[in-house]
Amino acid sequence: MTGRVQGKVAFITGAARGQGRSHAIRLAEEGADIIAVDICRDYPTVGYGLATEADLAQTVKDVEALDRRIIAAQADVRDAAALKRVVDDAVAQLGHLDIVCANAGICTVQAWDEVTPDVWRDTLDTNLTGVWNTMVAAAPHLIAAGGGSIICTSSTAGIKGLPFLAPYVAAKHGVVGIARTMANELAQHKIRVNTVHPTGVNTPMVEGLGGLDPLINRDPNLGPIFMNTLPVQSVEARDISNAVLFLASDEAQYVTGLEFTVDAGNTIR
Amino acid sequence: MPGRVAGKVAFITGAARGQGRSHAIRLAEEGADIIAVDVCQDIPGVPYPGATEADLAQTAKAVEALDRRIVTAQADVRDYAGLKAALDDGVAQLGRLDIVSANAGIGTSPHLAAEMAEDTWRDMIDINLTGVWHTAKAAIPHLRAAHGGALILTSSAAGLMAYPNIAHYVSAKHGVVGLMRTLALELAPDMIRVNSIHPTQVDTPMIQNEATYRLFRPDLDHPTRADFEPASQQMNALPIPWVDPVDISNAVLFLASDEARYITGVALPVDAGCLIK
Repeated sequence: MTGRVQGKVAFITGAARGQGRSHAIRLAEEGADIIAVDICRDYPTVGYGLATEADLAQTVKDVEALDRRIIAAQADVRDAAALKRVVDDAVAQLGHLDIVCANAGICTVQAWDEVTPDVWRDTLDTNLTGVWNTMVAAAPHLIAAGGGSIICTSSTAGIKGLPFLAPYVAAKHGVVGIARTMANELAQHKIRVNTVHPTGVNTPMVEGLGGLDPLINRDPNLGPIFMNTLPVQSVEARDISNAVLFLASDEAQYVTGLEFTVDAGNTIR
Repeated sequence: MPGRVAGKVAFITGAARGQGRSHAIRLAEEGADIIAVDVCQDIPGVPYPGATEADLAQTAKAVEALDRRIVTAQADVRDYAGLKAALDDGVAQLGRLDIVSANAGIGTSPHLAAEMAEDTWRDMIDINLTGVWHTAKAAIPHLRAAHGGALILTSSAAGLMAYPNIAHYVSAKHGVVGLMRTLALELAPDMIRVNSIHPTQVDTPMIQNEATYRLFRPDLDHPTRADFEPASQQMNALPIPWVDPVDISNAVLFLASDEARYITGVALPVDAGCLIK
């Protein structure tokens, strides 16, 4: 039986660990080759450790164990020129590009009056401009392939005004705007653009957040905003990857402009 | 390799042809057994023929050819008691229920809301909205008994956006979204997920008929499929006039499978981008 994305090539940002690595593995399981980038460097403004070169090497190992090809590179989504070089070079090696997962992102927790200009800038630059840079670097290759699927990782914070996450919420709402516009602009090329909106995912980024409870205790009315409808606290990275796989595959060939919540009903409460 | 819904049982309304038959086949391909119902008769005032008993028999044949079991029954989604009896009997035969596709629905000729006949309005709401509620109501006890499941309600792009001349259809399909969201909240503690699907035009008898052609091409006396095609394509962002039933079935399959185990309350367009234009 052929895989659901057999013969396709997927470009994934933030692929060293967490959701990005999970997407790489899930897509490779279903037959895709992978282009994986990650910054592999800590941010001074982010209180938890980001992925490392060793993490990215592990993603490479996992994909190769599935007998798929993978090209990995250290790249910062804030650096449009570097991102373009990596994609152009990898597509030259793997032959074409069909799937894009704009997944790289950071998150910090603080009340609005504790948001420093540096935190604001780093979050917007990475989570919003980084998605834009990823799309701009990849879209010409999708056009050349005669179509493709772009999946941008937003969040429940791209739909709701989650407290204590102002820059993250702003960036993730912005991602929806970019995706809708690009869905219209790229439709003529048979390129589909969708967003996925996870609730809390069991990954190093969410583990690294902490600090939310004391803030909620200041105003307990805000606590239920973070609660899911289904009786689960969080979901696994693979749950998001399964949605990415569906959107990436030809089974979703006419699905575009969708905000796809994988959120255990978080946003319908 | 086991199928993506192997060992599950799916209940599908409006299963004699079109999207419903396609859902039955796609789910059976991935390992599900099927309980298929259809009214199998014409609906007065609906401008195209209803499915027939022969159509429903053809669905059964197609599922059995995939080596899956299927129980079929003639049932009208407006008749709660009849629908419940058909489903209860199907579950008794197949042992359980995991997936529900509330798919049965009718299309319409164009009518201005201000001039619409009482019967035209009522039949639409009874079938396309109340019929969906009846389907859910009959199925929920069985899903609870199975400790979880997936309800997939067929709405429409017209469930999220208005179109003139079909107020009853727009209202019914919007109502399905409200029902979906409420059921998602009420059934979450039972791990029953509820989502809706929003197709653009699908290439089925409900759409491919002169009444639809006239809705889209009021400028022509006897518009044809070829006249409808460019007008239909203009609605979509992707450069295609309509989608195929299997495109909807693939979305149903994903939502029905355990791959979507934490997806609930989603209004999923399979609409070639018509809602973002």
